[in-house]
Amino acid sequence: MFAYYMELALRSLKRSPGLTTLMVLAIGFGVAASMTSWSVFRAVSGDPIPWKSAKLFVPQIDNWGSNGRSSDGEPPNAMDYADAMALMRQHRAKLQSAMYQISPSIVPAEASRHPVNVGGHAVYGEFFPMLDVPFKYGSGWSASDDANRAQVVVIGSKLNQKLFGGANSVGRSVNIEGHDYRVVGVLDHWNPQPRYYDVVNSGGFNSQSDDVFLPFQTAIQANIQNDGNTNCYAVPKEPGFVGLQHSECVWIAFMVELDDAAAVSAYRSYLDGYAKEQQQAGRFGWAPNNRLRDLPAWLDNQHVVPSDTKVSLLVALGLLLVCLVNTIGLLLAKFLRRSGEIGVRRALGAPRRAIYLQFLTEAGMVGAAGGVLGLLLTCAGVASVGWVMPKDIASLARLDVSLLVLTLLVAVLATMLAGLYPTWRASRVQPAWQLKSN
Amino acid sequence: MNLPIRPILVALRRHKAGTVLIALQIALTLAIVCNALFIIHARLANLSEASGVDEPNVFVIKNQWAAERPTAQVDAQVQADLLALRQLPAVRDAAPASGYPLQGGGWDNLVTLTPDQTHPITDSAVYTSDEHFIDTLGARLVAGRNFRPDEVMVMGTQQSITPPTVIVTRALADKLFPGGHALGKSFYAMGTTPSTIVGIVDPLHRQGVSQWNKAYAGQALIWPLRADDARGIFYIVRAKPGQLAAAMREAPKALYAQSRMRIIDPKDGVQDYAAIRHKVYDSDRGMAILMGIICAVLLAITAAGIVGLTSFWVGQRRKQIGVRRALGARQRDILAYFLTENFLISAAGVLLGVVLAVAFNLWTVTRFELDRMSLAYVGVGVLVLLLLGQGATFAPALRASRVSPVEATRSV
Repeated sequence: MFAYYMELALRSLKRSPGLTTLMVLAIGFGVAASMTSWSVFRAVSGDPIPWKSAKLFVPQIDNWGSNGRSSDGEPPNAMDYADAMALMRQHRAKLQSAMYQISPSIVPAEASRHPVNVGGHAVYGEFFPMLDVPFKYGSGWSASDDANRAQVVVIGSKLNQKLFGGANSVGRSVNIEGHDYRVVGVLDHWNPQPRYYDVVNSGGFNSQSDDVFLPFQTAIQANIQNDGNTNCYAVPKEPGFVGLQHSECVWIAFMVELDDAAAVSAYRSYLDGYAKEQQQAGRFGWAPNNRLRDLPAWLDNQHVVPSDTKVSLLVALGLLLVCLVNTIGLLLAKFLRRSGEIGVRRALGAPRRAIYLQFLTEAGMVGAAGGVLGLLLTCAGVASVGWVMPKDIASLARLDVSLLVLTLLVAVLATMLAGLYPTWRASRVQPAWQLKSN
Repeated sequence: MNLPIRPILVALRRHKAGTVLIALQIALTLAIVCNALFIIHARLANLSEASGVDEPNVFVIKNQWAAERPTAQVDAQVQADLLALRQLPAVRDAAPASGYPLQGGGWDNLVTLTPDQTHPITDSAVYTSDEHFIDTLGARLVAGRNFRPDEVMVMGTQQSITPPTVIVTRALADKLFPGGHALGKSFYAMGTTPSTIVGIVDPLHRQGVSQWNKAYAGQALIWPLRADDARGIFYIVRAKPGQLAAAMREAPKALYAQSRMRIIDPKDGVQDYAAIRHKVYDSDRGMAILMGIICAVLLAITAAGIVGLTSFWVGQRRKQIGVRRALGARQRDILAYFLTENFLISAAGVLLGVVLAVAFNLWTVTRFELDRMSLAYVGVGVLVLLLLGQGATFAPALRASRVSPVEATRSV
């Protein structure tokens, strides 16, 4: 029976090619616009470390007081040196790391080659196990390396390719800003998007992966400057990088791993206790105003998903809605035009259910055709998203099987949904009335 | 002309579903198109913001130092570099800088009139350079004077120095001293000592173009400081007219001839203002294009939908049209009937659409910190959709008007 309905539908669609084309075009464009925006939205709003994000937390400490707070009372979104170091020393979380963005130059061994500039972070050894960072060769460094300011470095796969041709370079040395560092680990491809461990400096998305990781205190000692944002409520009293370390300026990102609710509340009260201590010591002239957000809440708080992406998705969904309203109207016209045919079929004994099946099949076929067109347009859309979105974000939009299946599914289901009302109207056609008037 | 509105309304009652669907489609289209137009216009306005820079002839070199050196050595290198750049045949002038207009973000300070003021008056972008800065950018000095070479101070990495003199933009001058007599007045920009305004330029864009920067549009100050940061420095270079390409080729070579211990990214280490502008307004241009495409598709689909449904109605009513024609209705009466019918439906749709458009805008204002939409966009949208409806109805209506009176006598 279904094959028969397919044949009927095909014949009916052929009878009014203009109307059919119009519906297919509308659904194709509507679905493609939505799916293209969706591909971008899902790329930027995805959880960068879904297996662990609920255990990763970002502490914020208010070291500026009420005049330095934003209008919503939020403390600074980064840490100053003194607080970050105190939190590292007291080590109350399972794993934790302070970090700051660096951009040192690497001087190649051969004198003929130009120095190159690479991006990276100065971090603590616990950074690597905390974020499950994948290693190709070797590993991170130990707590004693941190304490002893060891001259070690972890490099990214891209830099390893550039400097050592991709070979296992553990134990070899790299010249960074004029000092030699021993390679202890080489990362496998790792460039999480958003760059959740330091969204303040990456703006969330960055197509350039971090290629060098130095021990925090080693970098401080080597005077490797902070390359990220520095925000000051007051100008530092002393000059230079050391002056920055003695100031209340915020420039350090911080992340901790807390495995259960008890650990979270313990850490929360620890932070408040720390701020109270600072208040009693006279450094803070205000009550504790700390925050401890888990990673998803932190990404949301920092507006990592650009509002342009959200607005685009909304507008595209609006377009799909209009296309569907349009399809309802056209299907209605198309179905009711065949009242005569429906009358004959009903008079010959077709139950209402048969009419339903027949017309929903037709709607589904229109949807499928629209879906196929939508697929092609979505492919084109995802490929050309770079024209209308910033590169770092556009490069994240991917075409994969799930997107293609979703495109077809949305097209068919949406069209059948749109076909429900016209089908219902068609099933109410009175056979007697139709037969008489003809 | 006496339009037969009552019979149209009576007839529409027999096509409730179709009528409601068209009206709804028009309403939704209007709501989306108004907001999209508003976004497009706002973004295009961003794209055409004046930078105050002689853009066809200016480019920026991002020069990073390959090794850490004391400030005095960096300063000697910077001075030698600038001298080499200024001597190039294709170069008119060159200046050091810690940032440049349309860079995409950079240094800014809070500004107060007294050192102990707790609530700052405003926020100002901070440029640091020497006496060549204004000529190199091609900015216009509208009052006062340029810096003298002896006023330029040296600033090391992360050092904070407040020079006694400053040049400000007209926008900052007016914000601080609304009376218009800013020249010779002093203010504080997060320092313990004041800076006295010796010159005013207009216009000069800030480094940033983000929504946050909008509140402080055009507010910038220039301090006579050579920022000899250990990490690197920007060199702004102005080519002689028509010699931009030659200057962009020569400049990095001249710098490498001075010293090889520097990094100028071969990909984007040297950028002209066309590239800088293109990059900084990337997302604005993209949103404008995207909204434009969506508007076009939306209007096309709505128009096609109206054509489709009206054609169906015409087909359904051929017999009635024939009867009217036989009873003496002229062709243009039939035409007017369908056009009026569409106008009534469109008007209802537009009314609902205006409400939706404003509601959607108000929601985005609170949710995405967009600006409030001016009603002019709604007006334009209403006009566009009414015209679109009439245009889309015209062809089927014309076909209806050509129905012969004989049809009345035929039974389908």
